[in-house]
Amino acid sequence: MPLLEVNDLQTSFHTRNGIVRAVNGVSFSLERGETLGIVGESGSGKSVTCHSLMGLVPQPPGRIESGTAMFDGKTDLLACSARELNVIRGRRVAMIFQDPMTSLNPFMRILDQLIEPLLTHKLARRDEAVKRAIEMLELVGVPDAAHRIRSYPHEFSGGMRQRVMIAMALVTKPDLLIADEPTTALDVTVQAQILELIKRSQQQLGMAVIFISHDLGVVSGFCDRVQVMYAGRIVESARTEHLFRSPRHPYNRALQKSIPALQPKGAALYTISGMPPDMSRPVQGCAFAPRCEFAVEACRVREVPLKEVEPGHRSACLRVQEKQLQWEGAHV
Amino acid sequence: MLRFIAKRLLETIPVLLIVATLTFFMMKLAPGGPFDTDKATTPEIKAQLEAQYGLNQPVHEQYFNYLGQLVRGDLGPSFKYAGWSVGELLWSAFPVSLELGCYALAIALTVGTLAGIVASLRKNTVTDYVPMMFATLGICLPTFVTGPLLIMVFGIMLGWFNPSGWDFASDRVLPAITLGLYYTAYVARLSRAGMLEVFNQDYIRTARAKGVSKWRIIWRHSLRGGLLSVVTFIGPAIAGLVTGSLVVETIFHIPGLGRFFVMAGFNRDYTMVMGTVLFYATLIILMNLLVDIVQVWLNPKLRFE
Repeated sequence: MPLLEVNDLQTSFHTRNGIVRAVNGVSFSLERGETLGIVGESGSGKSVTCHSLMGLVPQPPGRIESGTAMFDGKTDLLACSARELNVIRGRRVAMIFQDPMTSLNPFMRILDQLIEPLLTHKLARRDEAVKRAIEMLELVGVPDAAHRIRSYPHEFSGGMRQRVMIAMALVTKPDLLIADEPTTALDVTVQAQILELIKRSQQQLGMAVIFISHDLGVVSGFCDRVQVMYAGRIVESARTEHLFRSPRHPYNRALQKSIPALQPKGAALYTISGMPPDMSRPVQGCAFAPRCEFAVEACRVREVPLKEVEPGHRSACLRVQEKQLQWEGAHV
Repeated sequence: MLRFIAKRLLETIPVLLIVATLTFFMMKLAPGGPFDTDKATTPEIKAQLEAQYGLNQPVHEQYFNYLGQLVRGDLGPSFKYAGWSVGELLWSAFPVSLELGCYALAIALTVGTLAGIVASLRKNTVTDYVPMMFATLGICLPTFVTGPLLIMVFGIMLGWFNPSGWDFASDRVLPAITLGLYYTAYVARLSRAGMLEVFNQDYIRTARAKGVSKWRIIWRHSLRGGLLSVVTFIGPAIAGLVTGSLVVETIFHIPGLGRFFVMAGFNRDYTMVMGTVLFYATLIILMNLLVDIVQVWLNPKLRFE
């Protein structure tokens, strides 16, 4: 039984300018201890997917239109009551966010924020919680933790704050950690340390991780399995090495071609022409078709569901499914 | 912290000196004097009065004499109320205004913040619109409208309270509401806006992701940040509230401070003007200091600056 099984998740935002369909029928599952990467450009729905699972979509204007998300085979995260959700959030599923500078409460000591998950979920009494919080802070590499735990967030640097966020997420030893672009706001050197820290913690605690990023490089070194999102849908999903070595969707292939480091020196950088679709308008056919160099008439006519094209490798490209397109080797 | 307070208190001295100096010379520049009346006074009597109060001396001497008095804590005799010193007059009326001001403040802080918080929690619903409509009304309506209106409804038509006076405990109700309405309304709007801003912060999302209950998010995570702007507003407002309002005190016949502020100017009661201005200035300075202290206590970021 998978730890998390998401089925046909649809989340939209009802704004003055119409309905924005941010997530449009996303389904995936996650095994215990597995690391799943979700990549996509800004606005592709990767963050909204995870926020929906955690009940963090502001409602209104947001609305979960349909879908189920069975956690541990028992609780549907999308349908359960606020009370049930609060038993799981922060205890069995924890989340860290993109911007550590604003994600900690500036009015509360690190200590009070760190022990809050333990106290909220009645996992420890206060003195025990403080002890565990200090241990956890040491584990994530905050020097002089017993002393520094009494500081306020503004006394910490960005990297240190993200360590605090991680400590806070891990203090309850969750089964699943959702990391929403945890390194985007950090320096490159600090990025590597934070990634290493998440990886090490995952091995120690045996937890599953959903890792959201728009950085293909980060994802490739980190995840067991990756799914690519475009315009609120998953367009390709495979084991990491397959996804990079043999892309089965033109969007994924184009994304990899646009990594600057892989271009010959002096050559023009590869870009995907056009813009992502306006999500407040209904999309006909494949959402990537207007930008796709391989698109044919059939692509623009009807929706293309995600289908298995090779064992464990799913793609939502009509032409790939019909065996008309195939690429081998990275960055073809 | 103590050093900070001591420093700030020392800083008040030059400020008060400037206020005293400006007021003193502006008063002297204004035409007329305390002993000009409708009735003709003989020049001899006027000269004698002026000599008695030291008004015949050169202005700079009057100024330094006055400063000398101030240093000794003496605000001088009132030129209008013979036999009373300014200090005595202020101290006799201040407790009344202070009491009224405190009730009004209590209403503003409790009703105002509660209404603001409730409205912010039920944003864009009836529970938000109705209190905020009243808040807008409260800000717009001047006390000389709300006062008589309350007297008419609750004093005369319903007969629940005396229409005016300051004799029984129940006499405090209508003036306190009249005086507090504007501040209540303003606090309600400020706290609603402040809370809404905090609810949108990333750290509130973090708290929700931790499984913290809704009430704890409001109480522990949001209140401090949400009510900072209320503190900033209410500090100087306190100075205004406790020094009395001429309009409210006149409508309800309350023997408070408000009338002295206005009448002293009309009467060219030099020492009284100086006294009221310095009193008000001191209160404003102290309240601003109080605001700064409370802000530092509320916002840990400020503790290092």
